[in-house]
Amino acid sequence: MEDIVKKIKNWIDDNTYHHSQFWDLKKLVEKKEKNGLTISLCLPTLNEEKTIGKEVIIFKSELVDRYPLLDEIAVIDSGSDDQTREIAANFGADVYLADDILPGLEKKKGKGENLWKAIHQLEGDIIVYVDADISNIHPRFVYGLVAPLIYREEVKYVKAFYDRPLAVSGSVRPSGGGRVTEILIRPLFSLYFPELTGIIQPLSGEYAVRREVLEMINFPIGYGVETSHLIDVYTKYGLDAFAQTDLDQRVHENKPTRALGKMAFGILQTFIKRAKALDIIQDISDFNTILRQTQAKDNVYEQVELEIIEEERPPMIEIEEYREKFNRSMD
Amino acid sequence: MEQSFEDILGSLSGIRKTAQELREILLANLVMVGEIPAPTFGENDRMEFVLNRFKEASITKNSVDEVGNGIGILEGKENSGNILVVAHADTVFNTKVDHTIQIQPESVTGAGVADNSLGLAVLSTLPTFLEKLDIELNHNLILMGATRSLGRGDLEGLRFFLSNFEQPIKAGVGIEGVELGRLSHTSIGMKRGEITCRVPEEYDWSRFGDASAILTLNEVINHINEIRLPQRPRTSIVMGSIEGGSSFNTTALKAKLQFEIRSESSRMVQDIHQSMEEIVTEVASQSGDTIHLDIFAQREPGGVSFSHPLIRHTRRIMDQLDIAPRPGPSTSELSAFIDQDIPAITLGLTHGDNVHETNESIEIKPIYTGIAQIIGTLLAIDGGYCEED
Repeated sequence: MEDIVKKIKNWIDDNTYHHSQFWDLKKLVEKKEKNGLTISLCLPTLNEEKTIGKEVIIFKSELVDRYPLLDEIAVIDSGSDDQTREIAANFGADVYLADDILPGLEKKKGKGENLWKAIHQLEGDIIVYVDADISNIHPRFVYGLVAPLIYREEVKYVKAFYDRPLAVSGSVRPSGGGRVTEILIRPLFSLYFPELTGIIQPLSGEYAVRREVLEMINFPIGYGVETSHLIDVYTKYGLDAFAQTDLDQRVHENKPTRALGKMAFGILQTFIKRAKALDIIQDISDFNTILRQTQAKDNVYEQVELEIIEEERPPMIEIEEYREKFNRSMD
Repeated sequence: MEQSFEDILGSLSGIRKTAQELREILLANLVMVGEIPAPTFGENDRMEFVLNRFKEASITKNSVDEVGNGIGILEGKENSGNILVVAHADTVFNTKVDHTIQIQPESVTGAGVADNSLGLAVLSTLPTFLEKLDIELNHNLILMGATRSLGRGDLEGLRFFLSNFEQPIKAGVGIEGVELGRLSHTSIGMKRGEITCRVPEEYDWSRFGDASAILTLNEVINHINEIRLPQRPRTSIVMGSIEGGSSFNTTALKAKLQFEIRSESSRMVQDIHQSMEEIVTEVASQSGDTIHLDIFAQREPGGVSFSHPLIRHTRRIMDQLDIAPRPGPSTSELSAFIDQDIPAITLGLTHGDNVHETNESIEIKPIYTGIAQIIGTLLAIDGGYCEED
């Protein structure tokens, strides 16, 4: 047990950054160019017209025009029925409908689907994913995540977090995970993957990853994508493949508790699949995919049934069109 | 070869086009500067951003001065003198207000975007515009984000700079987010202040229902309304805001009126101030309450005439860009220039709505014309077309 504590502590000490460490964008771009890397930004969207314009403008101005850190900015849209795609294109992003990418495959809907298809559509050696609903967007959301990959070859997957678990005014704050993190993910990781508990915000939607890792892992298309990434990258490459960067504050709309229930249900499915595959939990039967929630209408309580099937896409390397486009083989 | 004024007029549509091409850079600056809260006396973080922009534009002469102004000097080809472009950095919003900015294809919305985050964003982007346009002025161009402008700030930032900068300044241009067409060239006389009424904490039962700071302030306001104002010189008393009391059922112990006295004549401003002092003394003695009149900002009337070459040429530039000029007086930065006998104007950049509300918004498209107007005016000043014989 002491070994794990020590390992987590060492990992946190060595692999946890603050975005301000990478303020020198000129130096960062020079290093990127020296390493011959290309970087793509993927903004997965579904009805994000309020925030998408600002995100595209900030990233294009600061990280394409001013400091050429990004080689492409792409919006991968799930079929918004608002102005998301028009606004993003108007401000200079490449806009794709997820359904138009790999059209030969069966169509599926979900954020994870967009992230997975980005691997095929985008060209970068590194893909950085940033949610499109962030209202206090800033270039740090990208450079803070790609910098550890540029400076350290052994790092493969960089995750964002948004609060500093540091002592402040003599008292210690808990690290700032969300509700699902604290009551589901952290207890599960503590039980089965204790080393992953060093990751401060395992569910944050912002991360930068090397292509050679992305193409080798499964993508749940719904709520479980972040959890599956952590477990799959950890089991393939170990804890040292991860780094995490403090991006200070992230302002977005809070989800209602009921939506968190759906999220937790999807994540649990993803987790249990892996627990079975890794032989961590034996004798687990196939699970139910109906989430039952209750609601009150006057004095009558009724059940609401929601079917949540956490489907998964296979590693992209298994898709023939991808192997042809990027000249890859299964070996 | 010297550029004729006609050449400058001819170049305006190209300048507007270039401004449009740099849309993302300008809007990114607007977002980043505008999301940093900057109440008067709290502009430091915003100034740091502006200064970083100057540094990135390779402006080696840049600094923050003693009162927090952010200054960058783009050196001219010849040592012909200095032109000062200023945008005030402070806004009317405190740090607790949500400063998030939203961008739509046609508009930008957020606290302070019009007054004056857009002005400051254009100032920060001006070196990039000039570089892209391959414009190098003969004069040094001093770019200044001015602190402590609004309310109790009373233009302290600009006044400090003008009092302490040792070289002469040929002309000043103030940039405001709104309203495109604004051409302020004179300052009206103004005194800005507060009247504060206080009643004693102990409840006086002999004045049942009467011992309220709000009632006392009401009495003061009634008397102020009785002051006769002349039609010429044009004069007004602006009752800007009142506040007082704390709840439904507690007698108000304190009430405050914020006001401005404005007139084309400084004598009239002084006379009204005197009348208000007398009103305050009279009501205080009648009510037994404590009433305090505090004047914390003032402007002297003055400025350059409508026929001054600076105004004449700016109007022609505006005409060329199909901007309908609205010349008139203002209480903006102009006053600090006037005090130093420096010819100056204030120009607006675009059209806006809900100014000083948290949903303040501006139109994007007219900004390019607003920028072309400012760069055209700078070229005219630089070319010597705006000087009196």
